[in-house]
Amino acid sequence: MQASPLAHHFESLEKQTHAARLGMWLFLATEVLLFTALFAAYGVYRFLYPEGFAQASRSIETWIGFVNTLILVTSSFTVAMGLDAATRGNGRRTALLFAVSVLLALAFLGLKAVEYSHHFQEGQLPGRFYTFEGVQAPGASLFFALYFLITGLHAIHVIIGMTVLIVIGTRAGLGAYSAEYHVPVELAGLYWHLVDLIWIFVFPLIYLI
Amino acid sequence: MSPSPASEAPAMNPRSYLTEPATGFRSWALTRDHKRIGVMFLVATTIAFALGGVFAMLIRIELLTPGPTIMDAMTYNRLFTLHGVVMIFLFMIPAIPSGFGNFLLPIMLGAKDVAFPRLNLLSFYVYLLGATVALYGMIHGGADTGWTFYTPYSTTTVTKVVPILLGAFILGFSSILTGLNFIVTTHTMRAKGIGWMRLPLFVWAIYATSIIQILATPVLGMTLLLVAVENAFHWGIFDPARGGDPVLFQHFFWFYSHPAVYIMILPAMAVISEVVCAFARKNIFGYKAVAYSSLGIAFVGFFTWGHHLFTSGQSAFDAGIFGVLSMFVGIFTAIKVFNWTATLYRGSISFKAPFAYFVGFLFFLVFGGMTGVALATVSLDVHWQDTYFVVAHFHFIMVGGVIMAFLAALHYWFPKITGRTYPEGWALVAATLVILGFNFTFIPQFLLGNEGMPRRYFSYPERFWALNVASTAGASVLAFGLVLVLGYMLISLRWGKVAGANPWGSRGYEWETPSPPPVENFEGTPVFTRGPHEYDEEAVASPAHVNAVPEPKHAS
Amino acid sequence: MNDLLRRLLFLPEQASAHARSVDQLHFFVIVTTMIAATGVFGTALYFFVRYRRRSEADVTPVVKPTAIHEALFIGVPLAFFLLWFAIGYPQYVSLSQPPPGAMDVYVQGKKWMWKFAYPGGPSSVDTLRVPAGRPVRLLITSRDVIHSFFVPALRLKQDALPGRYTQTWFQADKPGRYEIFCAEYCGLAHSGMLGELVVLPASEFDDWVADQRRGLAQAQDSAPSPGEPVRPASSVVEEGRRLSAEQGCLKCHSVDGSRHIGPTWVDLYHRQERLKGGRIIDADEGYLTRSMMDPGADIVEGYQNVMPTYQGKLAPPEAAAIVEYIKSLRTSAVPSGPSEGPVYEPIPRK
Repeated sequence: MQASPLAHHFESLEKQTHAARLGMWLFLATEVLLFTALFAAYGVYRFLYPEGFAQASRSIETWIGFVNTLILVTSSFTVAMGLDAATRGNGRRTALLFAVSVLLALAFLGLKAVEYSHHFQEGQLPGRFYTFEGVQAPGASLFFALYFLITGLHAIHVIIGMTVLIVIGTRAGLGAYSAEYHVPVELAGLYWHLVDLIWIFVFPLIYLI
Repeated sequence: MSPSPASEAPAMNPRSYLTEPATGFRSWALTRDHKRIGVMFLVATTIAFALGGVFAMLIRIELLTPGPTIMDAMTYNRLFTLHGVVMIFLFMIPAIPSGFGNFLLPIMLGAKDVAFPRLNLLSFYVYLLGATVALYGMIHGGADTGWTFYTPYSTTTVTKVVPILLGAFILGFSSILTGLNFIVTTHTMRAKGIGWMRLPLFVWAIYATSIIQILATPVLGMTLLLVAVENAFHWGIFDPARGGDPVLFQHFFWFYSHPAVYIMILPAMAVISEVVCAFARKNIFGYKAVAYSSLGIAFVGFFTWGHHLFTSGQSAFDAGIFGVLSMFVGIFTAIKVFNWTATLYRGSISFKAPFAYFVGFLFFLVFGGMTGVALATVSLDVHWQDTYFVVAHFHFIMVGGVIMAFLAALHYWFPKITGRTYPEGWALVAATLVILGFNFTFIPQFLLGNEGMPRRYFSYPERFWALNVASTAGASVLAFGLVLVLGYMLISLRWGKVAGANPWGSRGYEWETPSPPPVENFEGTPVFTRGPHEYDEEAVASPAHVNAVPEPKHAS
Repeated sequence: MNDLLRRLLFLPEQASAHARSVDQLHFFVIVTTMIAATGVFGTALYFFVRYRRRSEADVTPVVKPTAIHEALFIGVPLAFFLLWFAIGYPQYVSLSQPPPGAMDVYVQGKKWMWKFAYPGGPSSVDTLRVPAGRPVRLLITSRDVIHSFFVPALRLKQDALPGRYTQTWFQADKPGRYEIFCAEYCGLAHSGMLGELVVLPASEFDDWVADQRRGLAQAQDSAPSPGEPVRPASSVVEEGRRLSAEQGCLKCHSVDGSRHIGPTWVDLYHRQERLKGGRIIDADEGYLTRSMMDPGADIVEGYQNVMPTYQGKLAPPEAAAIVEYIKSLRTSAVPSGPSEGPVYEPIPRK
């Protein structure tokens, strides 16, 4: 597709790769801080309403969260395998593995949709929409406000990650990368691992404690 | 290229970034050249500044009388909100970093461009998008919450807050992209010979600013989003009737907004370090102290947000912690002030416009900074919180500090950016008007705050009348001075005398390339053998860099 | 000296010992700042002249700081900053520690007025009466958004938060009248949310409280006590008008037909009001009284739910007087054309 991936303003491919990695890590830091704000809100309100939050957390279906965790971790594994294939120059295998990851992510979103519909039916909704009879302790509606915000923001990032995987996976499949140069695959993988890592924090906070 | 001696007639660089690789709207709209992007940011932020300034003048005119003067209360409340939003998010945060930073950073590092040029262009369009959304909100009534959007007022007011919140959210992304780009550029694209201890001090301060930008802005983004959600859907996050805590908003908001003020002042300090060295023609006194103090401000600045909440019902213990930490942040500024002044010792001072603005900056930073320390001595803040004392304090820093530095930068680098000079006589007249006008605008406001006049007041008791009139008079002089600057700058763009590569005789790295610079910044690959502010006899004998053999072209 | 500096700095009078000590710190800080600033500018000015550029070929020596320089640059300011903190912080802490036996006053900020209530005693709007020389503890809350209770003469400020009580305290030295401001932006009439702190001599204050309590007790009783004149019916409307002004009703409800924060009272009685949600009700005595006690229950379409409740603040006869006043506010029902027969108002069906 191009003669060399080296951009004109970089001295060497090595520097360019180093810059790309540093840039990605800095971007991941901003994503972490975005979620940190929400986790901080969760922490504060959990501290203020321990009973309400605990009861609300028990009232949602833990098995869905658990299955979703397994799905995401598996998808991270397939992404890592895809990167491994890229380091060996096998673009088609990368594309295949990324496709599997995307399908797994779709399953994740599907289960979340099922979960959300249950919440709507039960009345486990934020603020003034909260009508769930099962938990009437103070703070319960706040739990669900934060629940929808955190999982909603995470789901948006899953969609962004899926898009990234589709684009990079397709390019890998079309032979854009090689054993010498596969930095975009690496960066895509990094982003996906972050999306997974955030969920690893979300799952215990929302479902388990 | 050596600094141009006085004997040669200065010539405009025929192959500058202004005309290469092409001219015309498309070549600018799709450019990846950091210099062009920097210029576009400068133009956009200057327009925003003018808009914010118009709002300011309308506010001051309204405050000429104790009762209604030219508008009703709702309009006034909207105006001070818009003044804050426009000035802070559309000017103060992006102007020096995304304007001058973009233009100068790669040149000061001996690089050809920033690390991610396309991301750089994206940051400009994201800025435009955010500005447009905020403007839409303004035109359709605009919010009346103040730029601080305190809940629960901001979540229950009838005015439209959501568009402005979204606009600020989008602008945050522009800030993050710029910061990210600068950090990576500083780490990975320094030319040979520029180690960390040879970085121009401008770069150090911009680097510290970028760290704050990427760490603090996401938290603001989330906070504004939460307010927008609360405003639209009332989920109860900050609503006490549903278990929410309105003061939690204040914690989240100030966690960003306090570091944000350092995003505003650090680039100003960056400029001043360059201007002092160039116009005193002297090496900085205490390079390491000035460099590290920028990092110190960035770091400690993250832990002081609670001093905005001294009267918000927080515990005395909280107040104590934040008060002490706020004292430490003041020390770093003190270090800089002393070091800049000491740099003048045994220097060779040329009193041109950039230096005149430095003088103003010094005066205003000392008083603005000391009143900041005074505000941090908790018991004094109980009287001053939410009064005109605080308004005067932050305007001393933001206008007296940042705007002076912005004007200094504009005058100092005008020849580098445009290849022309501005009329020095007019510039000094304007600087005098700006500095005097500024004093008359904001010193009365310190006194109003002492008297007890709260901020955001549409009408006020008669005993505050005289000082308000004085403040408005000063504002008129300040405005006139600024308009004067705009006037001769615009004229000089077209008819200014050609400057030549280095009209100031400055030893900054950016002056060792033609004015305006070529697209690739330097001919070939520069290798640096000297630091950037060296004016001793041995140093001035030769330029700070040599050009390696130009490299063969390769595909980009 | 204290007074000279106070006037020079435009500070208001010092109405308490706390105000005096805070001002002492203020003066310390400002004088030090002025001296330091003069030092810096004086030095800079001297350098501007002494080291002005003589020729374009000037070179300058490299001057490096020694450890002593940096130690001084850091140490001296830090010492002063921490000293000021060490003086100011205890002053701040003392504001959160009212002495035992302080008299409590409940302060409620709401758009756009201050309501004060003494436990077991009278309540008032916008005027806070306190005794001189005795400590007063303020328990502050807000009815709607964040306000801030600010008395410049006392150097006192505390935010009024909805859903919570914050506290602060003061002891005013001598009798006087001082301004109360709202110091947290709260909307349209933020700058109109003014109050007055009236410091009375202690004995005068005690008398006033006793008087008020007697008057309240009388108002609670339905029958007049012996010796008190029976109120003739015609002045009930007058009573209602007086109460509406005192209780702050007229800040939101107009009596001239203009639309304000709440529905206008003109022709309100028996008006067919459309509520939020579409239901139409008849604004009879029951509805009017309910609106005073539970205003959030039936909100008129097009208005916000911002009316506070008067439950417990209006004795039943007082609420009734206000209803009578509202009933009296009608536009002229006499048409200007020829008479069209008697006007007949059917008894409204429930």
